[in-house]
Amino acid sequence: MALLDHHKILEKNATLLLVFSFLVVTIGGIVQITPLFYIENTIEEVEGVRPYTPLELTGRDIYVREGCYVCHSQMIRPMRDEVERYGHYSLAAESMYDHPFQWGSKRTGPDLARVGGRYSDEWHIDHLNDPRAVVPESIMPAYGFLRTRLIEPTQMAQRLGADIAVGVPYSEEMVAEARADFLAQADPDLDGEGLFERYPGAQQRNFDRQAGVSEMDALIAYLQVLGTMVDFSTFEPDPRR
Amino acid sequence: MADPTDETPDPTANPTPRERKVAEDLNLDVSDPHESPANPENRVGLDRRAADEENREQILRNAPEQIVGTARGERRKRATRRAGKKVIEVQSTGHSWDGIEEYDNPLPRWWLWTFYITVIWAVGYVLAYPAIPLVNRATQGFLGVTTRDEVARDIQRFDEANAPIQTRLASVELDAIPGDPELLNYANNAGGAIFRTWCAQCHGSGAAGAPGYPNLLDNDWLWGGTMEDIHYTLTHGIRSPEDPDTRYSEMPKFGVDGLLEDEQIEQVVNYILSLSDEPHDAQRAAAGEEVYVDNCSACHAEDGTGDRAQGAPNLADAVWLYGRDGRADPAVIRRIVHDGPYGVMPAWSDRLNEGEIRAVAAYVHGLGGGE
Repeated sequence: MALLDHHKILEKNATLLLVFSFLVVTIGGIVQITPLFYIENTIEEVEGVRPYTPLELTGRDIYVREGCYVCHSQMIRPMRDEVERYGHYSLAAESMYDHPFQWGSKRTGPDLARVGGRYSDEWHIDHLNDPRAVVPESIMPAYGFLRTRLIEPTQMAQRLGADIAVGVPYSEEMVAEARADFLAQADPDLDGEGLFERYPGAQQRNFDRQAGVSEMDALIAYLQVLGTMVDFSTFEPDPRR
Repeated sequence: MADPTDETPDPTANPTPRERKVAEDLNLDVSDPHESPANPENRVGLDRRAADEENREQILRNAPEQIVGTARGERRKRATRRAGKKVIEVQSTGHSWDGIEEYDNPLPRWWLWTFYITVIWAVGYVLAYPAIPLVNRATQGFLGVTTRDEVARDIQRFDEANAPIQTRLASVELDAIPGDPELLNYANNAGGAIFRTWCAQCHGSGAAGAPGYPNLLDNDWLWGGTMEDIHYTLTHGIRSPEDPDTRYSEMPKFGVDGLLEDEQIEQVVNYILSLSDEPHDAQRAAAGEEVYVDNCSACHAEDGTGDRAQGAPNLADAVWLYGRDGRADPAVIRRIVHDGPYGVMPAWSDRLNEGEIRAVAAYVHGLGGGE
């Protein structure tokens, strides 16, 4: 067979084999990945998803830093048992401002995609301080030290800038007010008007119940917003997906 | 003396006849000292080649027919019989390394057919299921399968199966549920499952609570233990930020807000301990009574039995919501008086439907403390 004879040239030439292998993998990649950029329903549009507030974003950074994703996924799959336990299955739009996404691949602990509002701040404080105080069966490590580490938001504008660089639509105003928004969200005595206007539905509380903005404030603010942005009473699943 | 096991050829010995034959076969120039088999330095290579030749001959003599290779292109369709068994000779691919030849064996039939079947299966799969991305969307497949439909149908199937009893559960008088065996049976199972999914994280998988999270097995209730009370608590929560009808009260932060001196707090802590005969400092407790009457009795009652209308716990019994290992702990009570507790229970009306809330209410009511 003539074609197979030509194939021999590839088999006997290491560099050529490398080049053609790369070519094959490239074509495979293009076929699989490119359509995701132009097919309209890759990320179906939903109401309510907004970029994270500076405090939530900081909490998210702590979540990533502490490796929470190693044990907790943030991805409710469309299966009855998961929907009954965790809530509505996750939508692509809900993690569109996550860089990187926290879908995870392993659940040692429960899924956290819709943990927002499920527990009180007090529960989170108790649970992070000593998981076994509230859930005796838990094997989660304690994160009480987060409460003693106060955050000085000196680089909030740059932090938002990093997300802008990868496509999160923070406005100039959001960047300019990043520091003020950060402080306002964790202190109910401060004026939260601007915060609520820029980030609809933001929750303003003293999340860790102590003075100052600690890492626990940020982490609980992040946990309490997870999965709460989309109003599912108005959500219509795209039938074409 | 030379080691008898040393296999290096003796350089002084003459070439063996076989070595000489190899040298002849290779057309070696006997007059050239670099090639001549007479030169001991050339003997090592010759020796090896001679041994290879000998081995090869031996293998060819003894080998069964089917592993005897033939040169490429030389067709041998002859089937021979050896030991009564039909042996089909296999052609060589002509590849040979160090005397090891590659034979042109066909793929096993079962493997080949399995492979063909997977190819056919793939074509069918692509046609039946969502597969190839086009301009606006991927092909949907003629089966019209979507996981979203599947999960919706799955949930609907169970909802429909439960619909009659759920509807009945949601429509009867609350107090009638514990007396109706069928409803109670359903509520205990469904409510128990919901409890373990949504409530166990705070109240414990066995409902025995945790420090700061009430035990639901006893008859010591903060906001009331009738079906009506439990149902209201579940629906609207306690100090739940999003629900305007939530149960609400807030104990002052006596220390943080400077309402009491540290010594006064110490006195009232001892007075509270004295109410339930816990070990205490009698002198301080006596002084604490006045502090208690002025600051605490409005909610916790003069005798310390509490007030359910405000969720103020009974301080005179042996049950300690904020304690250590279920017992009174002066340090914890001091902290509570100083910082003010703020226990929150979420409102469940936006996560659970009426039937589910009633099922949990009946389950909790039936755990032992229901009134």
